[in-house]
Amino acid sequence: MTMFEAILLTIITASTPLLIGAIGQLVCERSGVLNLGMEGMMIMGAACGFAAAILSGNSYVGVLAAILAGMAMSLIFAVLTLGLAANQVASGLALSIFGLGLSGVIGAPFVGAKRDQMAKLDLPVLTDIPLIGKALFGQDPFVYASFALVIGVWWFLARTKSGLVLRACGENHASAHALGYPVLKIRLLAILFGGGCAGLAGAYLSLVYTPFWSPGMTAGRGWIALAIVVFASWLPWRVLAGAYLFGGITILQLHAQGAGVKIPSQFMAALPYLVTILVLVIIMSRRGGQQAAPASLGTPFVPDR
Amino acid sequence: MLPAPPLIEARTVVKRFGALLANDHVDLSVAEREVHALLGENGAGKSTLVKILYGLLQPTEGTLLWQGAPFSLRNPAEARQRGIGMVFQHFSLFDALTVAENVALALDGNESVARVSDRLAEVSRAYGLPLEPGREVWRLSVGERQRIEIVRCLMQSPRLLILDEPTSVLTPQECEGLFATLERVKAEGCAVLYISHKLEEVRRICESATILRHGKVVGNCDPRQESAASLAEMMVGSKVAPARHDRLTTAGEVRLAVTGLSLPSPDPHGTSLREVGLEVRAGEVFGIAGVAGNGQDELFAALSGEMLAEAAGTIRIDGVATGRLGINARRLMGGAFVPEERLGHAAAPAFRLSDNALASGHATNGFVQRGMIDRAATRVWVERVVKAFDVRKGPRDPEAKALSGGNLQKFIVGREILRNPRLLIVSQPTWGVDAGAASLIRQALIDLSRSGAAVLVISQDLDELFEIADRMAVIFHGRISSPLDTEGLRREAVGLLMGGAGFAADAVDEAA
Repeated sequence: MTMFEAILLTIITASTPLLIGAIGQLVCERSGVLNLGMEGMMIMGAACGFAAAILSGNSYVGVLAAILAGMAMSLIFAVLTLGLAANQVASGLALSIFGLGLSGVIGAPFVGAKRDQMAKLDLPVLTDIPLIGKALFGQDPFVYASFALVIGVWWFLARTKSGLVLRACGENHASAHALGYPVLKIRLLAILFGGGCAGLAGAYLSLVYTPFWSPGMTAGRGWIALAIVVFASWLPWRVLAGAYLFGGITILQLHAQGAGVKIPSQFMAALPYLVTILVLVIIMSRRGGQQAAPASLGTPFVPDR
Repeated sequence: MLPAPPLIEARTVVKRFGALLANDHVDLSVAEREVHALLGENGAGKSTLVKILYGLLQPTEGTLLWQGAPFSLRNPAEARQRGIGMVFQHFSLFDALTVAENVALALDGNESVARVSDRLAEVSRAYGLPLEPGREVWRLSVGERQRIEIVRCLMQSPRLLILDEPTSVLTPQECEGLFATLERVKAEGCAVLYISHKLEEVRRICESATILRHGKVVGNCDPRQESAASLAEMMVGSKVAPARHDRLTTAGEVRLAVTGLSLPSPDPHGTSLREVGLEVRAGEVFGIAGVAGNGQDELFAALSGEMLAEAAGTIRIDGVATGRLGINARRLMGGAFVPEERLGHAAAPAFRLSDNALASGHATNGFVQRGMIDRAATRVWVERVVKAFDVRKGPRDPEAKALSGGNLQKFIVGREILRNPRLLIVSQPTWGVDAGAASLIRQALIDLSRSGAAVLVISQDLDELFEIADRMAVIFHGRISSPLDTEGLRREAVGLLMGGAGFAADAVDEAA
């Protein structure tokens, strides 16, 4: 494996969990719901996914368990914010803290347990492409799934009637209700999708990235995924760009540190965040400060009877 | 032979919201091909009734009949399948989506946006209601937005078209266009249920009317046989006197002078002010007419000091340059300001009236002594306002949101007028309030001006301005026309200005 291939490969592994988490959150936010519980859902996916994989001996059972764990967490959020019209920011923050704690309890018996990384899925012929072939097409199923998700979500939002209805709920829930669309039901589905994706992103961390369980292992990736959605101005293709920009700089600065570049390591470690903020500022100033956020984002909807 | 049953009929419909009886045994029947008016004041129960007819609300009691047969509507989709279309008062549009996407959302079935786009172009051509399918809604004028709502109803070949206060946001010319469309819709066999409180237009286009007051039907009539005054009396339950208005004999010195005021709007969807100039004199009521969204919000913000002008000299109060001064400084010079939104701007909804009095009067009314609030003084002030302006409030010091729209409006206008300001600037003084409160507020504005103050009224209600203003100007795309004397002024002339005719060519270009 050449140096270039190694770097490309690590960039992909660093970016994939961010991409999966962010694309799920994007759907959730386009329906008008801001779920700050991302970190908690992600780490619950990591803990439950790892536990289930060890107990069953099957990584795919682990993946399924992680998705279900993420959805279960998001269901709690949905009951609070949709059913009881609770404040979305407070509920989301609580969910994050709750997830970090609960995952520690669930994961405790599995600290120190080891599993092999999930098997790669080589795509024949394509892996023979020089330079990028091995890195792009000799990947684990998560990577393919992350790209499929971006394409699927873009197609759903831009091309289908259901996607249009979902966007309408996020733009103006009162009007969507007036036209007869079940706003709360649509938002519930969007929240569950976001939760499932967060769980899947968590499973990637504990089954592929490390692969073991340690408490607090998401290390803020849930928050980064949330930031990437804003960075992407709620557009699927830009989520892809944002996740890879962030993942890419994270890895490149590591390699730069390894190569002995004379810049303080603290600054290098902060670089991904600085670049993300910088690009965000540039995008916003180009749009003349215009907000791209769904207009109803974060506001609870209570239909009158 | 029996006469044909009515197209739609509501029998003894009751709708309860908690303790509030919004509809109290209401009967309504609309015949085939009839243009039927539903009249009533704000809060009379009109909107509740039509929401029931459109399947948005379920009646607590009562039955609905369609061509004589009982039916029920679980949701708006079922209403649309029956052939019931609705044009909402506060449009049910999505600003960030395109015209075609907005229409597709109101159509049932799984038509692609591209197909909808083609059909939309066809229907809008056939009815002479031009629309560009690919444009985002926030780029469109209010009239164009209403067109979307109408076209999307027409695309479903409706049997009954419900319009909720359709002309409240249109220029007189746009109203004419709407009436022509309704004629055409009727000729094609569709009935129209027309909700309004504008009596002249109801008399002109409607063949029958049902009048609601406090949730009950108080009469049915043929509006063509009635006068506007007799209809108003049925609606309100008592005679409504138009505001007493002596002809202005001598206008005093210039109190407020605005020259060359240009100000970019902070809101990306807002309208920037461009070279605004106007003068308001002591003793007169000066009106600013215009369709919503032409810079009224920005003008109010600039005059009140919520937004500072770029040069101090562009706004002068009593000759003093105040363009760079804040709200308190302008209040101390004798200014008083009543913004458009009652809840959220003029008053904090969850604050008690005494706290709301403090919020606007902290600099001028002596409510604060050495940094401490004088509670007794604020309560006394509230009682004075309540008494002078007949605010009905229930408990001693309720939260602002507990008051009805009319009573809260009387409070926020009264709070400023009782300070005896030398200059009062008020936006939409009677928007959405009952006729009694509206007439009291209008009279108070006139009386204030006759006592020597200068009063500037920004209003979308042309009838209101013709009733109270001595002079008026029109705001269009952030520019202001030269002032016109109300005496002898024709509505059509103002309407043309509201549509942009007579403004500089570049302003009109941007409108197109």
